[in-house]
Amino acid sequence: MERIPILKLGDFLLVTIQVDMHDQLAITLQDDLTTQIAKHASRGVLIDISSLEIVDSFIGRMLANIAAMSKVLDAQTVLTGMQPAVAITLVELGMSLSGIKTALNVERGMEILRQFSDQSYELQDANGFQE
Amino acid sequence: MASRSEVHPIAGAADVVKVRQVARSWALELKLSLVDQTKLVTAASELARNTLDHGHGGTMRVEQVENGLRRGIKLTFEDKGPGIPDIAMALRDGYTTSGGLGLGLSGSRRLVNEFDIKSEVGRGTIVAITRWK
Ligand SMILES: Nc1ncnc2c1ncn2[C@@H]1O[C@H](COP(=O)(O)OP(=O)(O)OP(=O)(O)O)[C@@H](O)[C@H]1O
Ligand SMILES: [Mg+2]
Repeated sequence: MERIPILKLGDFLLVTIQVDMHDQLAITLQDDLTTQIAKHASRGVLIDISSLEIVDSFIGRMLANIAAMSKVLDAQTVLTGMQPAVAITLVELGMSLSGIKTALNVERGMEILRQFSDQSYELQDANGFQE
Repeated sequence: MASRSEVHPIAGAADVVKVRQVARSWALELKLSLVDQTKLVTAASELARNTLDHGHGGTMRVEQVENGLRRGIKLTFEDKGPGIPDIAMALRDGYTTSGGLGLGLSGSRRLVNEFDIKSEVGRGTIVAITRWK
């Protein structure tokens, strides 16, 4: 079966969506990511969509689902590289994706993930959860 | 008036991708701006999925249309599915019978210049959209 590769980079997972996804491929990615986050206890997920020429309500919903599920699994999701035309269209379509963190590019996205994971470690220390 | 047209089947998930590509190439040929291309292709994706999921499959006709000096791309989605009992309701943001977001119809209407829907229960649905250059 066709799959979008998920790259493991230390505590983070990295996905670059490069194809015009049909619906099943999007669903498979959502399932694969959830499995991988749990398996590796990942702290963050970065999804780069700079090659995506459109995001419709189906893909938008998938991205929102990934963000929500990763949150439950204590991982932060960042969406990077959304093209301006795609962003304009999404807003007009009525999808704000307000629950998802976004960044201009992959480097900035990685920064956000590192900050998030440092912060939550500090928080754990302060609460005495970690040795 | 249409100068040229094509009809594409919408019978499976791969056809939704195909419809997006067709809409893109016609929009490119007319030299629509990138934002207008994106809006048209996104609307096409929503309507093709409705044709497939709610209308049990159908077709998309694509044509270049003219109105005086203006030219545009018109896409017509047609199915012989169950039809929509209450069109006004279906056009509301968030209305869905399928657990979707209910943004397909209302959202795609906002993305185009002309939006025309006809539906008859038990007979099917036709949605036509036009984006002018
Ligand atoms: N071609 C069609 N045939 C029959 N019913 C339709 C058709 N298109 C839309 N509908 C009805 O109109 C409702 C609203 O459609 P819309 O595309 O806005 O939302 P959705 O498809 O339910 O969810 P979304 O597109 O956000 O995933 C649908 O739930 C369905 O009941
Ligand atoms: Mg829909």
